[in-house]
Amino acid sequence: MELIVASAIGVLTAAGIYLVLRLRTFPVILGMSLLTYAVNVFLFASGRLTIGAPPILDDAAITYTDPLPQALVLTAIVISFGMTAVVVMIGLGAYLGSDDDHVDDQPESDASEERP
Amino acid sequence: MSLLLVVALPFFGALLPGVMNSAGRAACAGVTFTVSLIAFIGLLTNLPTVLAGEVVTARVEWIPALGLNFTLMLDGLGFFFAFLILGIGLLIITYGRHYLSRDDNMGEFFTYLLLFQGAMVGIVLSDNVLLLLVFWELTSLSSFLLIGYWKHLPEGRQGARMALAVTGMGGLAMIGGMLILGQIVGSYDLSVILQNRALIQADPLYVPALILILLGCFTKSAQFPFHFWLPHAMAAPTPVSAYLHSATMVKAGIFLMARMWPVLSGTPEWFVIVTTAGLITMVLGAVIALFKHDLKALLAFSTVSHLGLITMLLGTGTAFGAMAAVFHILNHATFKAALFMSAGIVDHEAHTRDIRRLGGLRRLMPVTFGIATLAALSMAGIPFLNGFLSKEMMLEEATHTMLFGSEWLVPVLATVGSLFSAAYCFRFIGHTFLGPVRDDYPHKPHDPGAGMWVPPAILVTLVVVIGVAPFLVQDFVFLVAKAVIGDVAMLEVKYIKIWHGLVPALYMSIIAVVGGLALMLIYKPLLKVWETTPRPEAKVIFEAIVEAAARMAQSIIHPLHNGSFTRYAMIGLVAMIAAGYHAWTTGTVAEPVRELQAAGAVPIAGWGMLVAATAGLVLLHRNRLLALILIGIVGLMVSIGFVYLSAPDLAMTQFTVEVVTIILLLLALNFLPNQTPVESTVLRRIRDAAVAVAGGLATFALAYHYMLREAVTTPISEFHLANSYKGGGGTNVVNVILVDFRGFDTYGEIIVLGIAALLIYALTESLLNGPVRRRLLNRVPDQPRAGDMHPMMMVVLTRVIMPVVLLVGFYIFLRGHNEPGGGFIAGLIVSIAVVMQYMASGFAWTSARLRYPYHGVIGAGVLVAGFTGIGSWFVAQPFLTSAFTYVRIPPFDKFELATAALFDLGVFLAVVGAVMLSLESFSRLARRADMPDAEFPMDIDPSRSDPPPVQTAELKEGN
Repeated sequence: MELIVASAIGVLTAAGIYLVLRLRTFPVILGMSLLTYAVNVFLFASGRLTIGAPPILDDAAITYTDPLPQALVLTAIVISFGMTAVVVMIGLGAYLGSDDDHVDDQPESDASEERP
Repeated sequence: MSLLLVVALPFFGALLPGVMNSAGRAACAGVTFTVSLIAFIGLLTNLPTVLAGEVVTARVEWIPALGLNFTLMLDGLGFFFAFLILGIGLLIITYGRHYLSRDDNMGEFFTYLLLFQGAMVGIVLSDNVLLLLVFWELTSLSSFLLIGYWKHLPEGRQGARMALAVTGMGGLAMIGGMLILGQIVGSYDLSVILQNRALIQADPLYVPALILILLGCFTKSAQFPFHFWLPHAMAAPTPVSAYLHSATMVKAGIFLMARMWPVLSGTPEWFVIVTTAGLITMVLGAVIALFKHDLKALLAFSTVSHLGLITMLLGTGTAFGAMAAVFHILNHATFKAALFMSAGIVDHEAHTRDIRRLGGLRRLMPVTFGIATLAALSMAGIPFLNGFLSKEMMLEEATHTMLFGSEWLVPVLATVGSLFSAAYCFRFIGHTFLGPVRDDYPHKPHDPGAGMWVPPAILVTLVVVIGVAPFLVQDFVFLVAKAVIGDVAMLEVKYIKIWHGLVPALYMSIIAVVGGLALMLIYKPLLKVWETTPRPEAKVIFEAIVEAAARMAQSIIHPLHNGSFTRYAMIGLVAMIAAGYHAWTTGTVAEPVRELQAAGAVPIAGWGMLVAATAGLVLLHRNRLLALILIGIVGLMVSIGFVYLSAPDLAMTQFTVEVVTIILLLLALNFLPNQTPVESTVLRRIRDAAVAVAGGLATFALAYHYMLREAVTTPISEFHLANSYKGGGGTNVVNVILVDFRGFDTYGEIIVLGIAALLIYALTESLLNGPVRRRLLNRVPDQPRAGDMHPMMMVVLTRVIMPVVLLVGFYIFLRGHNEPGGGFIAGLIVSIAVVMQYMASGFAWTSARLRYPYHGVIGAGVLVAGFTGIGSWFVAQPFLTSAFTYVRIPPFDKFELATAALFDLGVFLAVVGAVMLSLESFSRLARRADMPDAEFPMDIDPSRSDPPPVQTAELKEGN
């Protein structure tokens, strides 16, 4: 189980890094989303993995999983939505403003954009 | 009045004029005057204590760990300067009220002025060197604002920048010096430092500390070679010049030298550096001043010269020199401020301050003539005016000072300085006021209203009174001088006298005055010589240095910081991987203690899907719509993983966030190209892949490593599990942590979320109002639009589902405290329900039925959560303490009421508002771009006869 989760984190990170290094905004945003998943799962796993013991208090339960990382990751997930939305908006604004969705500054010659 | 209040009043008062700007000019000036007056009176209430020789102190702990405390002290020296700052400040405010024209923003001016005043008072009353440094920098900043007050003048902006650069650099040097002093003594309290003369002067770091502190003082007080900024700062309005550049700010450096005099002076280093700098400044300033045609420039260089004089006196290190310096500070403040104000009057009335265009104003402006003449004669050192007394003392001191082994050097240079000083004073009077009345003034001059001439007149009265009856102020001057000297030396003079007998100083004075008159006679040929002599222009040199520094910075930064995000990301990633590798190889790796848990077929299958979707995403990311579907699968698998690994709350959150994120990205994709073109070379992709694989392996190794080991210290989670029900009243520990144990965190997070949403809204607004709007309006969709954009089936279905979804959201919210759920998840579910309405029935239809704006919903959420937290204050509990109770209303079961639920309601509202505001902003872009809004929820509605469907179809094609 640990191997599965750790390798999933690794795969998500690798894919995220690769996409973040692309040249256009959209794949970079996707890459950041993948990195967000990886980080969230990584943080979550810092409470160690427990199957079938949710942190819902119950007299019949013998053990519980660590609730704290869950609480932290929960807000992280919601905040990451806000972050994605802001980044998407910035990317979109840049694209609409210049008809160019490169993440890097383009050389001066290419940047001579035609304005309608 | 407490010293704290005296210092704080101008700062708090600074808010008023800015706010009261619309109340009129008189109100602005009035409130500024009142604030200063209260502070002034507050200062005077401490006078009896100071006169009794005691030191008034006030102390508030600020950051004791750093030795930085808000400690103030008021002794003779501090009182003297604070008196000058506040007293002349009052006159300047009155003068400024009448000087500024109707076009000037008076509230802004007085706000800056009060800020400056507060900072200045802070400097002279600080008993903590770190606090003093804070105020020191504040004066640099506020003087920057004041010099650049006339923003439309390039000279003003350049002068302000130069002043800030020079004094700011000096301030930085001084921070270093003060820190060294503090380290030597072991305390940053000024009163402690001042007791440790021997310790400081014996320390090997004394000379570096001295040089650093003197750099700060010399830059601030415009001593050679940093004197050049002061004349350029004259681009400021005249009240600023009169206040900052004659009476107060430039004296800050002098003040500090006087304050530090007991511990720093008396060594050969101090004597050589300070006396030489002062002497050069005095002579140089006087010579340049003689040849300046701008009245204010003349006065500026004369100020430089007089500051040099005071510096030289402090440099001699004798008690008499210190006393003479104190006396000259007082005299200079009176006559120079009066002179600046007179120059301002001339400028105001004649519309020029170029001496070559003036002359003969004596008959046109008799009052101004009287004031300016008395002040100028005092500056020239004519008997029965106060300038004479202190200049005599200076010359007297000069005759006893030996510099570089020569007993002639100082007296001769001092006489030369005085001679030129007398000459420019005569020129100021003669070329401005005397001579025939001209007929080519830019504006017919006449005396100004009383508001402008009374303030300088008050100062000139002081000039005469002190000059005629010095015994009136001598006790005070001695008191201040003793505060400067401390226990280091004894002041032997008992009286300040006008007549000392036929001493060398008298002959030197006579030489100076007569020589000055003689210079005036040969002024024309002298000016020719001066104008043909080449000399370095400080401004050019300064700008060249700045330019060179900027070029050097560019040559370093531009190659590194070339605007390529990809490169930054790459550098960052490689650095992180390298750092991780380093830690891994150099650290110790413990043995694994946890058993690997077996994974069944289902988790492995789920893992397989996740990996397949991720791999597919990487390979197929160029097709953006497909990539979106694949990332949806990834998110789904992560959610399922959370369920499997005992995290139902996370799973619900992830799942709902996934939905809104995909909708958001779809909205963005509406505008962005659908394909990502192939641009990078194969080599580059291989390189990126290599970094990606390395990063992936690193995180894999890290995660795998720690999942097989126990935590380094015991996690605090046991506390949460044990207290969740007892203390928080809920069985869902995750939710109790969110709304109770770590409620403050959550509160911060909903605020962040709200800010993010508002940011998106603001960006949308600016896009829609900017040039992008036209582009959006002319945009042709790159995909064919559906003819029936709001199909009947979907509208009906979403309408039916809506109450059900809301009910589910409500249920999830309510049960959140005890079962998986809560405000975050409920908020997301409700958002999805509303989004469905937008999608199905159209933007206009939904917006029309929306009762509350989303900004308001966010705000309400934050407020509800905040007030819940504040509520606990009323029962004397810390912020966000929660309480709960159980109630039973028959025939229902017993249920719980908790304040945490109220907090969760805030979270819920903030989430709904933030998510909806973000999505709405995106769709607003889309809406303007493509379509006129549909008035009806369904495009084709059989129950509606008009408008006919055909027309609707045409409308669609038209777009």
